[in-house]
Amino acid sequence: MQKYSIFNLVKNAFSNHENWDLAWKDPAPKEEYDVVIIGGGGHGLATAYYLAKEHNITKVAIIEKGWIGGGNVGRNTTIIRSNYMHDENGLFSEFGMDLWRKMSQDLNYNVMFSPRGIINLAHSDAQMNAYARRGNSMRLNGIDAVLLNREQVKEIIPMADFSDNVRFPIFGGLMQPSAGTARHDAVAWGYARQADSMGVDIIQNCEVIGFDVNAGKIKGIRTSRGNIKAKKVGICVAGSTNILAEKLNMTLPIETHLLQACVSEPVKPVLDKVVTFGAGHFYVSQSDKGEMVMGGDLDGYNSYAQRGNLPTLQHVLTEGIAMMPFLSKLKMLRTWGGIMDMSMDGSPIIDKTHIEGLYLNCGWCYGGFKATPASGWTFAHTIAQDRVHELNAGYSLNRFSTGHLIDEKGLGTKTWIS
Amino acid sequence: MLYINCPHCGMRSQNEFSYGGDASVKRPELNKEVSDQEWDNFVYNRKSLRGKHLELWQHISGCRQWIKVERDTATHEIFRTFKADEEVA
Repeated sequence: MQKYSIFNLVKNAFSNHENWDLAWKDPAPKEEYDVVIIGGGGHGLATAYYLAKEHNITKVAIIEKGWIGGGNVGRNTTIIRSNYMHDENGLFSEFGMDLWRKMSQDLNYNVMFSPRGIINLAHSDAQMNAYARRGNSMRLNGIDAVLLNREQVKEIIPMADFSDNVRFPIFGGLMQPSAGTARHDAVAWGYARQADSMGVDIIQNCEVIGFDVNAGKIKGIRTSRGNIKAKKVGICVAGSTNILAEKLNMTLPIETHLLQACVSEPVKPVLDKVVTFGAGHFYVSQSDKGEMVMGGDLDGYNSYAQRGNLPTLQHVLTEGIAMMPFLSKLKMLRTWGGIMDMSMDGSPIIDKTHIEGLYLNCGWCYGGFKATPASGWTFAHTIAQDRVHELNAGYSLNRFSTGHLIDEKGLGTKTWIS
Repeated sequence: MLYINCPHCGMRSQNEFSYGGDASVKRPELNKEVSDQEWDNFVYNRKSLRGKHLELWQHISGCRQWIKVERDTATHEIFRTFKADEEVA
């Protein structure tokens, strides 16, 4: 594989950049693999990469129905954070933060990781108390957290509404300085390029139509491009999880819902943090191109549509304007939607299944993108060793029946309420 | 915007409704032995169908009645609506 470097950049400039190698190949599916990963999104590509890198398993195929990176890894708001209260989520995400910090060097691909910090705003004394508690829990798990009062928040984001005449005045906020953003497409492409270079077959335009299971053991998959034998199969398909589960006669604690995001026209640098509104569900950051990247609630009903509806967008942006009134002056550039695998406690599932050799990675709700490296790393471990790693031991499939839920938000089983 | 034909009030916009989830989920009978698996299926496990989906909505800014709606989760097309206690064939 050609290394990306300043020297290669200069060298290729002499040939008008027409002689760069392809970043990854387009192989036809082989008859058999050691591991087949279904889903060529961020998590699937990362899983294949860590299977090859950490476990030396390279007879691996990624099976993708469309094109790689065309799902949620291409549709998110690029936020990376580990500001969780519960141990399972905190330790898992903080492990991921380490992988994020090293990712550009590790993948030889600039993922533009920008640890600019995230501020969750508080709008009442009770919320300040809750954030103090969450911040303390985070610090006990080695995650950086700073509780800010109103004046401190005002110094950092003076463009927020600090006037006296607001429905939800800003009391303060909880900041994780090491949180940030990254270039989402680069994450998918970087993992794809490295996985490909280590021998992983990335097979696109190949839909999984069934599974071959014999005596409780996975034997392979049936696809639109023929049958593929596999010793192990990992499912990593986010919003399409239930569709594949149905083919396996499994019913999962997952519902598929629609989540929208949008960006404004690009403007000059104004916001150098990720900021979330604490009296509703709205988050905003500014991209390197200058667009304000915004998102919030689910549309609120089961959907596989990958496109949103205006009432929710209006609701979300009303919150945004309440928080930062200048947003109302911006024109909207684009809106889009993706389908989320909403789990019943808001936390993911990375586990084995009742079928030997079949592994499940799903339930990422609103937080799939930031989990990409940690999810891939732990899923690869779970597949390669046929046992869960301590980092994903809490993300078990049977925690719903045993009562060991990880309900960070305390919302219960109504996945569409936020 | 979705338009939902409330069986009590007629055609109204989505803004008047709130969602209530899969309407095919049945609470286990309490007068018989209920296994953990049955509780699991009632509380947590969902088919989350792609295509025709029977679901509960509440006309929260209208008559406040719960209703059933048959809707396509891929196209968002609404086929039929029912009163909450109506049997759906």
